[in-house]
Amino acid sequence: MDMIKGLIPGVDPQDFTHGAPVNLSRRSVLRGALGIGAGAMVLGFGLPSGTARAQAAATMAPGSNVPAFLEIRPDSTVRLLSPFVEGGQGIFTGMAQIIGEELDADPSSFIVENAPAGADYLVIGGQMRITGGSMSVRMSYPLMRKLGASARAMLITAAADQLQVPASELTTEPGVVIHAGSNRRIAYGDLATAAFDLPVPDPETVALRDPATFRWIRQPVKRLDVYDKSTGRAEYSIDVTVDGMLHGAVQHAPRLGLMVETIRNRDQVAALPGVHAVEILDGAVAVVAQRWWTAKRAVEALEVDWVEGTDLPKGWRALPADFSSDAFAQELAAATGPETEAEAHGDAPGVLDAAQTVISATYHSQYLHHAQLEPPSTLARFNPDGTLDLWLPNQAPEQYQAAVAGLTGLEPAQINIHSPILGGFFGRHFLYPAASAYPQAIELARRTGRPVKVIWTREQEFLRDPMRPMAAVRFRGTLDDNGMPLAIEAVSATEGPTEAVYGHGDSVDETAVEGLSKKAYAIPNLRIAQVYVENPVMLAYWRSVGNSMNDFFYESFLDELANAGGQDPLALRKHLLRDTPRLTKLLEAVVDLSGGWKRGPFTAEDGSMRARGIGMASPFGSEAAAIAEVSIENGQVRVHDIWEVLDPGAIVNPMLVRQQIRGAAALGLSQVLMEEARWDKGEPVARNYDMYSILPPDQMPEIHVGILESGAPIGGVGEPPLPAVPPAVANAVAALTGKPVRRMPLSRLRFDS
Amino acid sequence: MQLNINGQTHEVDADADTPLLWVLRDNLGMTGTKFGCGLAQCGACSVLVDGQVTRSCVTTVDMLEGTEITTIEAIEQDDVGARVVEKWVEHQVPQCGYCQSGQVMAATALLKEVAQPTEEDVRAAMINLCRCGTYNYIKAAIDDLSGRKGEPL
Ligand code: FES
Ligand code: FES
Repeated sequence: MDMIKGLIPGVDPQDFTHGAPVNLSRRSVLRGALGIGAGAMVLGFGLPSGTARAQAAATMAPGSNVPAFLEIRPDSTVRLLSPFVEGGQGIFTGMAQIIGEELDADPSSFIVENAPAGADYLVIGGQMRITGGSMSVRMSYPLMRKLGASARAMLITAAADQLQVPASELTTEPGVVIHAGSNRRIAYGDLATAAFDLPVPDPETVALRDPATFRWIRQPVKRLDVYDKSTGRAEYSIDVTVDGMLHGAVQHAPRLGLMVETIRNRDQVAALPGVHAVEILDGAVAVVAQRWWTAKRAVEALEVDWVEGTDLPKGWRALPADFSSDAFAQELAAATGPETEAEAHGDAPGVLDAAQTVISATYHSQYLHHAQLEPPSTLARFNPDGTLDLWLPNQAPEQYQAAVAGLTGLEPAQINIHSPILGGFFGRHFLYPAASAYPQAIELARRTGRPVKVIWTREQEFLRDPMRPMAAVRFRGTLDDNGMPLAIEAVSATEGPTEAVYGHGDSVDETAVEGLSKKAYAIPNLRIAQVYVENPVMLAYWRSVGNSMNDFFYESFLDELANAGGQDPLALRKHLLRDTPRLTKLLEAVVDLSGGWKRGPFTAEDGSMRARGIGMASPFGSEAAAIAEVSIENGQVRVHDIWEVLDPGAIVNPMLVRQQIRGAAALGLSQVLMEEARWDKGEPVARNYDMYSILPPDQMPEIHVGILESGAPIGGVGEPPLPAVPPAVANAVAALTGKPVRRMPLSRLRFDS
Repeated sequence: MQLNINGQTHEVDADADTPLLWVLRDNLGMTGTKFGCGLAQCGACSVLVDGQVTRSCVTTVDMLEGTEITTIEAIEQDDVGARVVEKWVEHQVPQCGYCQSGQVMAATALLKEVAQPTEEDVRAAMINLCRCGTYNYIKAAIDDLSGRKGEPL
């Protein structure tokens, strides 16, 4: 449990669960996931499912109830209900590899969907389930292997029964049980009905494969979803329809905290053709119509008078009318509240106060949008039996189920959470107040008596997307006689996403300081602290969380110290990591990948002046190092190449890991080059991609990728490649221009070409 | 009004100024074409109109009578489109996949116009956004389709 706490620091896993027993039979669980009418296709199961089995499901340890996860169809296709949601990271394929390896079924024979909410799927420490924190594989790997092995054992038992031979005489090949003695073979598809009626064996007793004999784990198995995603067949929340459905569009209050006073033209708009209803919601107006475009046009035509709300829903922050993110950045830089220490050894303040020369600098990060390409939506349908179906993008089905139970008064078991694949997430679809369309869709479905799908426009999304926090970090550093860092102090004025969402406590919020704290460098005197400053805007997790900005701060300041001491930044890092073989090796690997270290400035073949920078990070149990090569073109930074090596300890699929490194590097690059969500006069300046730039294809450098498997405990993959990239770029720019880069994004700065 | 989509004539009951995107998605249930920005910024909604890549979120249906519209649903019925899909799969381009309908449409339009586009052609034509950062993979797939096969990523 502490381990889990450490992964989402400060968050008790209980927060993610509703605590109430989930009282669904396995069949209804599966039916829920399949959609009505599909139950007849669940051929792997004996029908009807007995009460005995349903009870067993409720009492078995999460992650072990084979029939809740797996169905084997007559053609031996394996249908897996994944405990983790697919949002681009390839987890469906990874799960098929891990389970298929032990089940002895080719991952390509898998069909994977997201599991519904339910106790069987709380596979992270048996306590909770979220898709985030780069946890999916590392937290479930042993459990999912055992699940596959248990299913295989059940198939063998069923085959032994059918063939009337001892189970010990049976073996398997992919998709088939074999009795070598009599040369008989039975396909899994012919055994599944009998097999999955058997009791599930104790997962601790099943034999696992010798990793030396793995056929799919560690192989570049092709993604299961690319064909559907290349032909428009993949279905996201925004695509789901049900019979009798109406469409909803909303206009949010320009500032969170404002409520509707009046709609001046409500009757006129309600009378427009195709409009079904005009409704007032918390901090929003909505139009329900036959078609979404009609609803959208109508809701934008509403003339609304807004007033300051008095009784805001839980967790909403009323944004001041004069809020400006630039002014807030200044406020952070000057903040002097109590400092909570995150890490300290030696006597950094004493050494710094006594030092003759102190290098000091204040660094800034910016607010960021998630900017996932699929805008939020929710489809809500109340059913005649009193249950509620919800289709919505989410990274935490049980958490949403509990919240909806609180909102509606329904029992969690009456709420079916459907989790279609995500059109990107990056932290966007955790449960944040005011940030999801589900309360609106539920309320509109309740009022209209019809299923309603609410889709937010990009503009409405950018009004309610919670921000990656910003920080101002005050550094002080001093050097020893050899020009090596003797003391570093970093005080970050910020608010972490965890304390923003779950409440500020006495201890430091790890998600605020990770990446400043827990760096591996041997600095004799170190102090990392946080000054808590509550943000007026809503905050959220963003891919790689605190590391997304903190490694930029630390690694860039480290280069400032290297310069001050006349040290080469690579040599300095090697020196500070001399007692950490894993990171020494990582540094060497990234340098090799880049063809040898050359910092520059140097003249490239095309005549441009270029330089390289290096950055490192240790996020989510993995280690990353990146080198970037830059030049200045038309006053702006151009990144030509990035070389990055990731050491996640051990991997499941090198192809997926390479994809994640390139994708995360692109997002890190986007952040350092151009992204910034600015607020002025209480409103976001950008409401769409025209004003909020994200990395376009013509600014994407080639990302050269390396993977190291050090054998350390398995770490995360989806987020860890991001944080090393911004400092690598910033340090390259500093090397080229001779001036430190102390704020993101670089587009705020002009450079001389 | 009548729209010719994927070789079929559809009788469409929609206001003249409705963007094609919403007619496809809501009136016709063709949800392969995606909504990302509604402002001609991202390209997720790309379709072909008379072979030209077109952002359907800002193209109203009244402008489209008498044209031939191709959407992602029919992309494999086109020889070039089928090759693009094949290479998208081979190079494992999609991550979340949300932008990929538009990317495949843009690549198909480019390759229908120029069988062997130069790198400069590719840069000019492939401008759709991808938040998952699949750009290196998109480039690898198109380079392959253009006869410039590099190392697989
Ligand atoms: S949705 Fe049309 S360009 Fe973005
Ligand atoms: S694959 Fe996710 S936005 Fe492109």
